Amino acid sequence: MKVLIPSPLLSYTRVREVQAEGATLGGLLADLDRQYPGIRFRMVDEQDSIRPHMRIFVNGDQVMDLRHPLGAGDAVQIIQALSGG
Amino acid sequence: MPNVVILVATRKGAWFFHGDAARQAWRADGPHFLGQIIHHLVADPRQPGVLLAATSTGHLGPALMRSGDFGRTWQEAKRPPAFDKVPEGDQAAGKGRVVNHTFWLTPGHASQPGTWWAGTSPHGLFRSADGGDTWEPCRGLNDDPQYREWMGGPQDGTPDGPKLHSVIVDPRDPDHLYIGMSSGGVHESVDGGRSWQPLIDGLAVVEDFDPTKVWFHDPHCVRLCPGNPDRLYQQNHCGIYRLDRPGTRWERIGDHMPRDVGDIGFPMVVHPTDPDTAWVFPMDGSMVWPRVALEGRPAAFVTRDGGRSWQRQDQGFPASQAWWTVKRQAMTCDGRDPAGLYLGTTSGELWASSDEGGRWTCIARHLPEIYAVETALA
Repeated sequence: MKVLIPSPLLSYTRVREVQAEGATLGGLLADLDRQYPGIRFRMVDEQDSIRPHMRIFVNGDQVMDLRHPLGAGDAVQIIQALSGG
Repeated sequence: MPNVVILVATRKGAWFFHGDAARQAWRADGPHFLGQIIHHLVADPRQPGVLLAATSTGHLGPALMRSGDFGRTWQEAKRPPAFDKVPEGDQAAGKGRVVNHTFWLTPGHASQPGTWWAGTSPHGLFRSADGGDTWEPCRGLNDDPQYREWMGGPQDGTPDGPKLHSVIVDPRDPDHLYIGMSSGGVHESVDGGRSWQPLIDGLAVVEDFDPTKVWFHDPHCVRLCPGNPDRLYQQNHCGIYRLDRPGTRWERIGDHMPRDVGDIGFPMVVHPTDPDTAWVFPMDGSMVWPRVALEGRPAAFVTRDGGRSWQRQDQGFPASQAWWTVKRQAMTCDGRDPAGLYLGTTSGELWASSDEGGRWTCIARHLPEIYAVETALA
């Protein structure tokens, strides 16, 4: 499925839009990490929580749970909620 | 002979300053990692060209970067320092700890090439045996129930989190280690980090709290003398200290500082060969603890007799209206004779002395907030 990558993570993917697969959000992030090693840890901490300031939307709805199921036609958008200076 | 390079870690990237043979002219190389927070940038003295950088951003999770060609190219560590995951359903444990950033990097013992140690925020000690590519928690410290209590919680650390720092490896024995925790005291291991003991006798704590309680102790920077590995110096939240092993009681050598200067500060620098020589950079610790240069007049202080006396060193520094703060990792020396001294300010100035503090020269202005200054040879 299509995954949109935020600019702070382009150092991993080089492109804004990539393809990844997974039956759940956790599975999708694991596939992203397989393709782009290290990218998952920048978004998800060692306790499997999505890090503060990271936001993940599936078909426009925000998702916080890595167990959230995904289908082949879903569109995933990863956003960084930038703040501070 | 290779020249000295100053490694500058800032809140917005890293810079190298390449010196000439006389350490008088410096060429800026940077920024590297522009926009990223560089907590510590350290060269491996065992392997020329190898650098490790502890990085994060304001928003992404932390990363640890490695270079084998002195910063021309970088590779991200496969498994950076991270705490163990709490098992699913382990309600008693609550949410497990999360490494916010790696704060301190120390190359391992000369006999263990590829070994590195890392201290994190919040408190955690980690070890790599493969040049910093993968890291394992030092569970004998991180998970020890007594140490978990002494480490306290997020409210017990510096404004940007509790920090495990000053990871020191005894050059005579790879299993003999020291660490400092802000807050949480100074500790020693003689078995490679499997078990630890506090080393806090003689250290003061704030107000009238009980100094036997480990969690009240706040070492800012601890250094071991290369010229005598049985001697440690420490800049603490509450004074400057020296400890001569096998003794276990710190002596407050800051009592010999001028009374109107006091002995509050962050960095502690030891001479590369002379164990009687050390430097501090005093900060204003009055009232609300401004932690800037006293009266806006920056000065280093040097002792040449193990702390029995101190001399002011401010030649070249601004004589007034310079309200500098120098963080605990932001002052260091090189290994030359005479030793070169280097310091960076939170206002982005880099200063150097090629004569052990006798005269200071500004190398760079207008850098981002400087977090750490180290030296290397290249």
